[in-house]
Amino acid sequence: MNKKRLISLLIPVLAIVLGLIVGAIIMMVSGYDPVVGYTQLWEGIFGDPYVMGETVRQITPYILAGLAVAFAFKTGLFNIGVEGQLIVGWFAAVWVGLSFDMPAVLHIPFAILVAGLAGALWAFIPGILKARLGVNEVVVTIMLNYVALHVTNALIRGIAGKDTTDRIAETASLRIPFFEEITMYSRMHGGIFIAILAVIIIYFILQKTKLGYELKAVGFNQDASKYAGMNVPRNIVISMVISGFLAGLAGAMEGLGTFEYVATKTSTTGIGFEGIAVAVLGANHPIGVVFGAILFGALKYGSLNMPNPPAQIPSEMITIIIAIIIFFVASAYLFQWLYEKFSKKKGVK
Amino acid sequence: MGGTDVEYVIEMLNITKVFGNFVANDNITLQLKKGEIHALLGENGAGKSTLMNVLFGLYQPDGGEIRVKGKRVEISDPNVANDLGIGMVHQHFMLVDTFSVTENIILGKEPTKGGRINIKEAAEEIKQLSNLYGLDVDPYAMVEDISVGMQQRVEILKTLYRGADILIFDEPTAALTPQEISELIEIMKRLVQEGKSIILITHKLKEIMEVADRVTVIRRGKGIKTLNVSDTNPTELASLMVGRDVVFTTEKTPANPKEPVLSINDLVVKDYRGTEKVNKLNLEVRRGEILGIAGVDGNGQTELIEAITGLRRSESGTIKLNGKDITNMRPRKVTESGVGHIPQDRHRHGLVLNFTVGENVALQTYYKKPFSNMGVLNHKEIYSKARELIEQYDIRTQSEYTPARALSGGNQQKIIIGREIERDPDLLIAAQPTRGLDVGAIEFIHKRLIEQRDNGKAVLLVSFELDEVMDVSDRIAVIFEGQIIDIVDPKETTEEELGLLMAGQKINKKNNEVDGDKNSPSMKEGE
Repeated sequence: MNKKRLISLLIPVLAIVLGLIVGAIIMMVSGYDPVVGYTQLWEGIFGDPYVMGETVRQITPYILAGLAVAFAFKTGLFNIGVEGQLIVGWFAAVWVGLSFDMPAVLHIPFAILVAGLAGALWAFIPGILKARLGVNEVVVTIMLNYVALHVTNALIRGIAGKDTTDRIAETASLRIPFFEEITMYSRMHGGIFIAILAVIIIYFILQKTKLGYELKAVGFNQDASKYAGMNVPRNIVISMVISGFLAGLAGAMEGLGTFEYVATKTSTTGIGFEGIAVAVLGANHPIGVVFGAILFGALKYGSLNMPNPPAQIPSEMITIIIAIIIFFVASAYLFQWLYEKFSKKKGVK
Repeated sequence: MGGTDVEYVIEMLNITKVFGNFVANDNITLQLKKGEIHALLGENGAGKSTLMNVLFGLYQPDGGEIRVKGKRVEISDPNVANDLGIGMVHQHFMLVDTFSVTENIILGKEPTKGGRINIKEAAEEIKQLSNLYGLDVDPYAMVEDISVGMQQRVEILKTLYRGADILIFDEPTAALTPQEISELIEIMKRLVQEGKSIILITHKLKEIMEVADRVTVIRRGKGIKTLNVSDTNPTELASLMVGRDVVFTTEKTPANPKEPVLSINDLVVKDYRGTEKVNKLNLEVRRGEILGIAGVDGNGQTELIEAITGLRRSESGTIKLNGKDITNMRPRKVTESGVGHIPQDRHRHGLVLNFTVGENVALQTYYKKPFSNMGVLNHKEIYSKARELIEQYDIRTQSEYTPARALSGGNQQKIIIGREIERDPDLLIAAQPTRGLDVGAIEFIHKRLIEQRDNGKAVLLVSFELDEVMDVSDRIAVIFEGQIIDIVDPKETTEEELGLLMAGQKINKKNNEVDGDKNSPSMKEGE
């Protein structure tokens, strides 16, 4: 039993190492120096307080987006609409940040709450369609991503009269002067606390509450849940709404923390989609999601340093290397399989 | 036996297989003679399947050796087993529904001619094989259109087509009707006549007595004994298998029925296709009795139970529990009104397999005190209840934190039974409560049902096994095409009579008033 636990911890580490090795081989074959490349990646993550702050900033929305995907997944739902819910949440957060005048103690929570509710509302649509009419949530959420993108773009242009809104009021900002000081004025903000708090709350809901028990039961076996007297459609809606709320919070991180404004976008942000990868990396477990987000966010931000001299690795190649590392981690079951195959062979002898 | 001139086609000598620190097979020896039917008997979880998976190359043994026709072999995967002439007829058929019989049989071994599959030739060969062994299979029929019994014959043909001489039958009768079972037994005898050898995995003693030549009994991973069937009897086999004496006929005092708990009037229930599966059905179950429903699968049993428990809508008619109308109530309301339900399909309805034993114990009561308080679960209470039930119902599990998936069928069923009885329902509905279980578990479950009855509760038992219905029930209601066509006394009826009734032929007994009217089943039978 103990050995098994050790192996399950060892596998992701092994996968990262192997991913890095394959990435190194690709760099070498393409004529780049992997040692210099990885050194710059490292420095891009941990090199100085500024990049460390920025890395945390990058990780923050990933935690929430990954949590949103993982939570829906626990109930057997595939929420690809985190992206759209995030965009809606971002917009709503900035709107509250701009249009209301209140003290920070009220303004920040209010803006965050509205962002969450906006995301929740956006997720309620596929939720209710699935629960009442059996419409596949994947199709609806994908389509709603585009609706979210273009509707918010139109609203931004309509309200602001230009492609970018003004900065939100100081009272709605998540900026923390202490963080700015210690990270050489990076954009790291207090949102990381909100993300961690969300992880704790979601963990508590899933593990300790009646609601979590029902949601998981519905996710594992709808027939047995119905037999046990649970209201399956209601649980589907609740799961989508909570998932959307988390996605909306991820949007608030961008709107109130990183950017403090909202601009029209030509395409989706990608954070919502990458949330799927984060959830997979974290095995759909709230704590796992944190680690998934750290890995994903750190690689994503740290790799920005790789095109700089002397490594000068093109950003396309970096995308490939990140993808390979993620691929190896995500296919950890491959290692499990190899391990079992190996031990089986040994057993025969 | 045991002479040097005996020809063994398969010898599994001192096989040991270990999973982690669990010894699934401990030094088991099984020798199959040419041309015999050799039964492998054991409780659920005794290690039968593990042993056969070792023979079929799905597991590698940790000790011991396998010999085929005297030669030592290493069976590293199922293809090697196939090449050695070993074929397996799985309990759960592995067929593609939308393919024809021929297409299914040749799948993976298609005879090709210039890149095209020669279906005609294959069908011809299958036809010949089918005739040789008296299987009577139409090579061009679609699998989805043929009966379960026929599908099993397709599985048998699949192994024969691949040239198997040694056939392993894994619990072959589990899904069959009594009629199909006797046909299968004939087929097995025919196969042996034609020179095949058979290993029959089962826990049904009746079948072994009827068809097998020798039997090897295993218990908790150990080989207990190999016997000639002619030298033994079911009682001996059962006690060897379980490790203690087993009482076959369930002992019970006469029923002492009181007022009705469940009354059903003119109930109509449709299935998902919209066909009226329950058609103006009337039924009464009284406090202190076990009412058994006998019938061929598909005559409305499932729909009836689902309607009572609120899982399916009733079109018309009423269902009353203790005089209170519960027609079309939500499942939870029905449960709370005092109905316990052991569902027919324990994996689909009865358990959340990924949940732990403890979480499954709480499945019907998780939302109430003491398991839940203000929306927060009390895991301490849940798991202490689980430990209590594990003790009381002899649920064999590593711990209360083990996922239900990891338990054997019998122990999974004990979780459900413990959970439902523990709630002390006025009406306990048990649908196929012993399906796929071994004698030890069956005995245990029957005792619990009778206990409920003796405690003054009503029990509604639905089963496709005639033995079970006749053994446990105080009254037997025969269901046919959605109606109760007769109610008989198990002490006075015979299997033949029940068989006829189940086929829809109502016989006029001397004390029955003349009737041709199926719509008014005689409810006065118990008087």
